[in-house]
Amino acid sequence: MSEKPVANKTFDARGLQCPMPILKAKKEITTLEVGQILEVLSDDAGSKEDFPRWARRTGNEFLGIFDEEDFARYFIKRLG
Amino acid sequence: MADVKKMAIVVHSGTLDKAYPPLMLAAAAGASDMKIDLFFTFWGLLLLRKKGLRRAKLPGIMRMGTGMMRWRIKKVGIATMQELLEAAKDSGNLTIYACTATMDLMMVKKEHLIPEVDGFMGAAGFLDIAADADIQLFI
Repeated sequence: MSEKPVANKTFDARGLQCPMPILKAKKEITTLEVGQILEVLSDDAGSKEDFPRWARRTGNEFLGIFDEEDFARYFIKRLG
Repeated sequence: MADVKKMAIVVHSGTLDKAYPPLMLAAAAGASDMKIDLFFTFWGLLLLRKKGLRRAKLPGIMRMGTGMMRWRIKKVGIATMQELLEAAKDSGNLTIYACTATMDLMMVKKEHLIPEVDGFMGAAGFLDIAADADIQLFI
């Protein structure tokens, strides 16, 4: 996998269930400037499909998933 | 955004198992920049009564397992229906309609309903909305 992006902000969504990680991420990403990167930590299994699709659907760029032991890091660049 | 996607859902059922999915979808759609129209009709309308979401039970014989289900929902960290409704409303993308015929049928008055209700309409009104939606569901 490619190199881990450097995030401008990290949001810890661990412990949240669908659809809350997406809802919280939406709030977080709107606090960033266009071009900045949001990192979300999630242990919701659905996030693997949800985050890439949600990012594209909302006009942002999905930069990748980086697995940790019992959660994953999701990187989204704000474009919209 | 090029074109805004729209979702229209008929919320027909008032039981916990069928009340949750439209609210989860509405909350997710709100965060996905989609417009959502929820049309609450028949038993679904009862969810819009004050405390209606909190009082929803599982259907039939499963009713007695409602407390256990709510406990499981809380334990695994799923949001309450009130929280989902609030989140969808906060997105600014959710419009809630109450079915006027059902209100007469169930003797429900406007003042019995939660303030989140935006409008009142019948079948033709909702069909007009659903005809322009990209996603149409009946739950």
